[in-house]
Amino acid sequence: MNVASLSSPRADSKYEIAHLKLVPKRHVGRMVTAAVVLVLLATLVRAFSVGQIEWSYVRDFLFAPAILDGLVNTLLMTVAAMGLGIVLGVLIAIMRISGNPVLSSIAIAYVWIFRGAPALLQLMLWFNLALIFPTMGIPGLFEVRTVDVMTPFVAAVLGLGISQGAYTSEVVRSGLLSVDSGQYEAARTIGMTQMMMLRRIVLPQAMRVMVPPVGNEVIGMVKLTSLASVIQYSEILHNAQIIYFANTRVLELLLVASFWYLAVVSVLSIGQHYIERYFGRGSKSIRSSM
Amino acid sequence: MNQDILVKAIDVTKNYGHFRALDKVSLDVARGEVSCIIGPSGSGKSTLLRCINLLERMDGGAIWVNDELIGYRREGNNLHEFSDAEISRQRRRIGMVFQRFNLFPHKTAVENIIEGPVQVLGEPVKEARQRALALLERVGLADKANHYPSELSGGQQQRVAIARAMGMRPDLILFDEPTSALDPELVSEVLDVMKDLAASGMTMIVVTHELGFARNVANTVTFMETGKVVETGLASEVLSAPRSARTAEFIKAVHS
Repeated sequence: MNVASLSSPRADSKYEIAHLKLVPKRHVGRMVTAAVVLVLLATLVRAFSVGQIEWSYVRDFLFAPAILDGLVNTLLMTVAAMGLGIVLGVLIAIMRISGNPVLSSIAIAYVWIFRGAPALLQLMLWFNLALIFPTMGIPGLFEVRTVDVMTPFVAAVLGLGISQGAYTSEVVRSGLLSVDSGQYEAARTIGMTQMMMLRRIVLPQAMRVMVPPVGNEVIGMVKLTSLASVIQYSEILHNAQIIYFANTRVLELLLVASFWYLAVVSVLSIGQHYIERYFGRGSKSIRSSM
Repeated sequence: MNQDILVKAIDVTKNYGHFRALDKVSLDVARGEVSCIIGPSGSGKSTLLRCINLLERMDGGAIWVNDELIGYRREGNNLHEFSDAEISRQRRRIGMVFQRFNLFPHKTAVENIIEGPVQVLGEPVKEARQRALALLERVGLADKANHYPSELSGGQQQRVAIARAMGMRPDLILFDEPTSALDPELVSEVLDVMKDLAASGMTMIVVTHELGFARNVANTVTFMETGKVVETGLASEVLSAPRSARTAEFIKAVHS
């Protein structure tokens, strides 16, 4: 290129592009796949609308007292079983990392056994405990009949809570391991005892790592409580079943139950967001750095 | 024992498996003294520091702080190992500043400082807070009281860590390479705070590679190598006219 062509750009219009119109790239593949998926979705919606679902039943039973009672019992069971699971999980995790070989062996055995058997099976084991232990108590002090104690509620809380504890202990342990050893040392040098260090320094930091998987487990527990319907605990699925045994509107009532599960899980997901924000204080968020 | 001796270590020995990290190390630190420990990495300087506040258990020898045997109670002819609670009680009197700061990331600067006084010493929050703010003022960070460690520079974090150690009103403060993890331009702000602390009469044991600080601030300097004390004496003598050839070699290598 010589000096003359630089001073008069018209001479070579190849480099003059500022006035051209920009045509955006067309996402043909994207449009085709979106269209296909939308058609499939429309077919699904149509199938449900022409299917023999009496939507009026869904609407009528959504707020039926038996369903709402079941919902309350489902929530109660979630809180009780998950509460037991978290308490056991923290306890087992601390036993596991403690220097005491007996405690850590027990912790390992606990996780092995209760993570190894299906939750439904464990639930039934507790419920049928009376078959092998007709009575329980401390000999000479007090004694009760096992069937009186092992109500569907108690059996379900024990079955679900104890098996949950095995999973949660691994979450807690990974949380504890995620805390830098320097934090333990700094806590010790200001004269903290072991328990104070765990409570004030280590666990709050471990929580940041633990909240997302524990949130996952709470949501899993909401749905796992449906297993308790097998041992006659009147949670929402059990109550829906009782209704459809009477009126034969099986699918309508299953949809009612699904609606409530979805509603509860949605509320919990929002709650998890705020809990994460609380325990994430002091740390830069990953999102803001991306 | 001499009334003026605050820390007395006699024949401290520490093994990691077959590796002897400390080999019969003895050290005296007088009250109000600044004692620097220098030496190549792996010489056992940090291990000695960590034995003083029981972050490491000794395999042999003994350490007294304030005429109190560290980690054991003497009863007749027996030495009883301290319980967790008793060890915590002894550690309260011994502050420590780490190479990597180790501030509590979920607590603000002022919360980091009041954590020990409030939780461990049972001081009322209001009083501890006032004292913490005064300490932050002293290390030049009054405006950062409500900042989290992640919002502070390395030098600022280390100054907060020093304030945290001071918050416990310790008899002495141990510094484990306090400036080694800092960007070069941030070293002096931390050394200035330490200088101020030394001038106020705090007893300090400082493991450091900052020979300039040792020369200007320390009373005594100890040179360690392969788990042994090679040479110890007045700072001016050890740094300017070392008796051992190894000490001279080390000082020359650090300066060049």
